[in-house]
Amino acid sequence: MYTQSFNVPDGPGGPTETATAVTLASASQQIALAQAQLRFDAVIDADGKIEPKDWMPQAYRKTLVRQISQHAHSEIVGMLPEGNWISRAPSLKRKAILIAKVQDECGHGLYLYSAAETLGNSREQMLEDLHSGRAKYSSIFNYPTLSWADVGVVGWLVDGAAIMNQIPLCRCSYGPYARAMIRVCKEESFHQRQGYEALLTMMQGTQAQREMVQDAVNRWWWKCLAMFGPPDADSPNSAQGMRWGIKRVSNDDLRQKFVDATVPQAAVLGVTLPDPALQWNEARGHHDYGAIDWDEFWATVNGNGPCNKERLATRVKAHTDGQWVRDAALAYANKQSARRSAMNKVAA
Amino acid sequence: MTPSPPQASASLKEWPLWEVFVRSKQGIEHKHCGSLHAADAQQALQMARDVYTRRQEGVSIWVLPSAAITASDPQDKDMLFEPAVDKIYRHPTFFVIPDEVGHM
Repeated sequence: MYTQSFNVPDGPGGPTETATAVTLASASQQIALAQAQLRFDAVIDADGKIEPKDWMPQAYRKTLVRQISQHAHSEIVGMLPEGNWISRAPSLKRKAILIAKVQDECGHGLYLYSAAETLGNSREQMLEDLHSGRAKYSSIFNYPTLSWADVGVVGWLVDGAAIMNQIPLCRCSYGPYARAMIRVCKEESFHQRQGYEALLTMMQGTQAQREMVQDAVNRWWWKCLAMFGPPDADSPNSAQGMRWGIKRVSNDDLRQKFVDATVPQAAVLGVTLPDPALQWNEARGHHDYGAIDWDEFWATVNGNGPCNKERLATRVKAHTDGQWVRDAALAYANKQSARRSAMNKVAA
Repeated sequence: MTPSPPQASASLKEWPLWEVFVRSKQGIEHKHCGSLHAADAQQALQMARDVYTRRQEGVSIWVLPSAAITASDPQDKDMLFEPAVDKIYRHPTFFVIPDEVGHM
């Protein structure tokens, strides 16, 4: 899954910043700061990597914390639409595959939270930002998964769109984020393929099954195109993200790449992509496609999608219900630790 | 591996952070692959198994409390590593040997 942090403003209050700005006391400190900025710029210009303990501008740190934590939140909330289908999967094989995929999403969330923590934000604070609605997650998860075909389409199209977004992030200038993305991308390929294969199986089934697949494609296609974020002209923060080597490819370029890659896959599958304007443009060497409904996208981002409230409530409930497990593990660890020190004292 | 207490400090309030190292196969060194939060070493090992070796990526795992790592400061990079820069004679390619000597 991926983040919309460059395109979408935060909820009321915005994510909490743990790192505090340093007040400069003397001229020598200001000179040191200017030199640090020069070194940072040189690394970025040379397409090098920034590591956690390296000096970095506050704005770079803030942008990264926001993007990486939103990305992590997306992975975690992304478990919910598919998790609903684990107990309803049509066979044991599909159930095992779906469990593995949902478990992967959880792991992706963890890699990303860890990467964000290297910037000085605590895990607890990031979770609190998600649960209170201050931090956003990818809007795509605010739509329902109505049939089993939706699970296949989420794998094929939603994860397919996520892969398009995530591959350039493997070259992100921030080392821990880039390394996390390499791991994520390796696993994400399984997600897309299992979804596509599940749909292929359904397309070889009954007429009702084929219609179910087409219906799911109809409902998800436009939402997947919107996932790439607003057109470049309406994405004012993208330029700075590009300058810093955090964002590598523009929203429109990624979207075009996704459309071009998906059209032949849809043909093999035997489904129609629900866009009468979709056609090959010989002159451009790309497919043209119709206009995206951005009002619908923004309504969902701003909390009025079909599942926004349900997703957040489910997530908060899962966290609250798990509190006793976290407490118990900690109590056990503390007891073991106390016992060990008591024994050490006796031995000494 | 024997679990070591995270820090002999007073009781913990939150699950501490652990660094995870995985040996991908026998004969290869353990390599850092990420970090996670866990209440104690045993739990960290189990969670590392679930998070980092779901696809047979490892045959052995080390976990150690992140707080136990002492790291060099990036600001000391020059002081620490610059002295090696002008000692290229430490590399075998510094020495020109006649071709007829063959591989050396």
